[in-house]
Amino acid sequence: MNRISDAFKGKKAFVAFITGGDPDIETTEKLIIAMAESGADIIEIGIPFSDPVAEGIVIQQADERALKNGCTVDKLFEMVKRVRGKTDIPLLFMTYINPIFVYGKEKFMSRCAECGIDGVIVPDLPFEERAELAEVCEKHGITQISMIAPTSRERIEIIAKNAKGFIYCVSSLGVTGVRSELNTNVAEMINEVKKVTPVPCAVGFGISTPGQARDMADVSDGIIIGSAIVKLIEKYGRDSIEPVKQFVIAVKGAM
Amino acid sequence: MGNKKGRFGEYGGQYIPETLMNAVQELEQAYLRYKNDPEFQKELSTLLKDYAGRPSLLYFAEKMTDDLDGAKIYLKREDLNHTGSHKINNVLGQVLLAKKMGKTRIIAETGAGQHGVATATAAALMGMQCEIFMGKEDTDRQALNVFRMELLGAEVHPVTSGTMTLKDAVNETMREWTKRIHDTHYVLGSVMGPHPFPMIVRDFQKIIGEEIKAQILAAEGRLPDAVIACVGGGSNAIGSFYDFIGDAGVRLIGCEAAGLGVDNPKNAATMANGTVGIFHGMKSYFCQDEYGQIAPVYSISAGLDYPGIGPEHAQLADLGRAEYVPVTDAEAVEAFEYLSRTEGIIPAVESAHAVAHAKKIAPAMSREQIIVINLSGRGDKDVAAIARYKGVNIHE
Repeated sequence: MNRISDAFKGKKAFVAFITGGDPDIETTEKLIIAMAESGADIIEIGIPFSDPVAEGIVIQQADERALKNGCTVDKLFEMVKRVRGKTDIPLLFMTYINPIFVYGKEKFMSRCAECGIDGVIVPDLPFEERAELAEVCEKHGITQISMIAPTSRERIEIIAKNAKGFIYCVSSLGVTGVRSELNTNVAEMINEVKKVTPVPCAVGFGISTPGQARDMADVSDGIIIGSAIVKLIEKYGRDSIEPVKQFVIAVKGAM
Repeated sequence: MGNKKGRFGEYGGQYIPETLMNAVQELEQAYLRYKNDPEFQKELSTLLKDYAGRPSLLYFAEKMTDDLDGAKIYLKREDLNHTGSHKINNVLGQVLLAKKMGKTRIIAETGAGQHGVATATAAALMGMQCEIFMGKEDTDRQALNVFRMELLGAEVHPVTSGTMTLKDAVNETMREWTKRIHDTHYVLGSVMGPHPFPMIVRDFQKIIGEEIKAQILAAEGRLPDAVIACVGGGSNAIGSFYDFIGDAGVRLIGCEAAGLGVDNPKNAATMANGTVGIFHGMKSYFCQDEYGQIAPVYSISAGLDYPGIGPEHAQLADLGRAEYVPVTDAEAVEAFEYLSRTEGIIPAVESAHAVAHAKKIAPAMSREQIIVINLSGRGDKDVAAIARYKGVNIHE
C-alpha cells in the first residue's frame, strides 16, 4: 500500500482539486495546507494547460488565469517541495500529457519524486496509451491513476485490473463542472470494478454540494470535487482560503 | 503508411479521455467493416460522382507555365467540387459511415468554413442533424460561410475560448462529443486527431492523388516531378501525396502557413517551428513553448491557422519523403491575385500557399518537368478578407 491508498483506509476519502497557480502560486500553497487541515484526504493540483479539452468552463478559466499570472510547472514543483515540508497529505498532479511529454517524461517524474508528488492523473492518457508513462512512473514510484467513464462498459475489467492507488470514476458524460443532477448509475460502475480489484473507487465530475458528496460517497470509497472549489477561488481570489476551508469542512462533515 | 495500430512511426495514437475510447473503437470497427463492403463503396462512389462532381479536372495551366517559363504546371481542380473544396470527399464518406452506424447527429469543427459547409451539406443530403463549432474570430473572418451553413440547416456555435480559432473549435467539438456520444458522430475535417481519424480521412481523400496519377499519365504519359499542396492539418496534402509515396521520383511538397514570417511570432508553420508533442489525440509536431503550452498561431488563412499537423505528415517529414516549406501571408496573397489574373481562377487563400511555392520553384525547372498543384478550394469565400488585407473597402 502507499500513501494514496492509505488515504482510503477506514474512511471515505475526499479528494480536493485546485488549479495550480490560480490566482497565484502563494495562494495555491496556502489553499493546499488549509484544505489538508480542514479534512481533505488527498489534494489534486491541476497543472494549467492552454487547451484543457476535458475541462468545463470553470477550470478552463482557472487555467487561463494561472497561465496569465505566469504559472509554470517549474514554479509548481518548487511550491510542492515547500508544501511537502509542512504536510504528509497525498499530493497528485492532474495534467494533460503534453506538459509532461515536452518537459521530458524522465525529468518530470524524477522531479515529482524529489518534490513529494505521489501520483499523476492524466485525462488524455487512456489505458491503450498508458505505456507512454508506465515505465518512468514505476521507476520513480509515482502512481499513475486510472480513469473509468460511464461509456467504459466492457473496458472496466482490464482498466481496473491494472489500476493502482485509486480508480477515478467519472460520474457522467461530458467535461468537468458543476451539475445539478448526477444521473449516471455510478453504483453499477463501481460494482463492476469491485468484481476484479480491491483498489478504492473515487467518484468525480459534477459533484458540488455536501449533499451530492454524501450520496456519491455512500456508493463509493470517496469523492473528488474540483469545479465547486475553483469557483470559490474565482470569486474570492487571494481571499479564498477561508471560504474554501469552510466548504471543505462542510463536504467532509456530510460524508 | 502506418505500421503499429494507429501509428505512423512514433506518431499518431489515441490520446483522448476514457469517455471517448469506446466511441473511437466503434468507429474503427465500423470503418474496417464498411471499407470492404461493396454496397458501401458503391453508394460512396455514386455520391462522389453524381453529387460532388468527381473526378475533378486536371487542368494544364498553360498561361502560368508560359509566364513562369519553367516546369509545366497542372492544377488539380478540387475547387470545382460541390461546396468548393476537397473537404466534400471526406465528409461524404464519414457522414455515410455515421449513418450506417445508426448515428442521427453530426458535429464538426471548422476553420475557414469549408469543412463546416461541406459537413452541413452532407448532413442536409443525408437527413442528419448538424452542429458546427467555429472560432469566434473565424465566424467574423468568414461571415458568409456561417450564413451558408445556416442556410443548409446547420446550427453554428461560435467558440469564444482560447484563441477563438481552429484549435479551439476542435477543443469545443471534442468536449461536445464527450457530452453526447450515443447518437452523435464527430466528422473530423483533417488527417489529425486520435486514431482512426488520420487513417479514415486519408483514405477518403486519397482519391485526389489516384485521379492525378491517372490523369497525368493520360495527358503526359509520365508521372509528375512534384506534387504541391497546402498543409494545415494536412488532408488535401495527404490526399494528393498518398498514391505517390511509392514513386520515389515524385517530390511531395507541403506548404505551411508562415503568416507574417517564420521568424515572426505570428505564424502557423508547424514543421518550421514546431517540436514533437501530444495534443488533440495524437503525437505529432506542434507549435508550442518549452512547457508544452500550445502556441497561439496565426495565418491570413483560417484553414491553415492550426498549431499542429497530421501524424502521417510528421512521419513523411522524418523519413525525408515529403518536404514542408513555409509560405507567408504576403506570398499567398500575391499568388491569389496572380492565379486570378493569369488563369482566371480564384483559388482559396489556403491553396494560394501552394501556388506561391510553385511560382518559386517552377522557373528553375525545365519545360520537360511537370508540377501538379492541388488547388484544394475556390476563393470566393476569401474575397472580402483579401480586400480587407489590401485595405480596399468593398462595403457600401
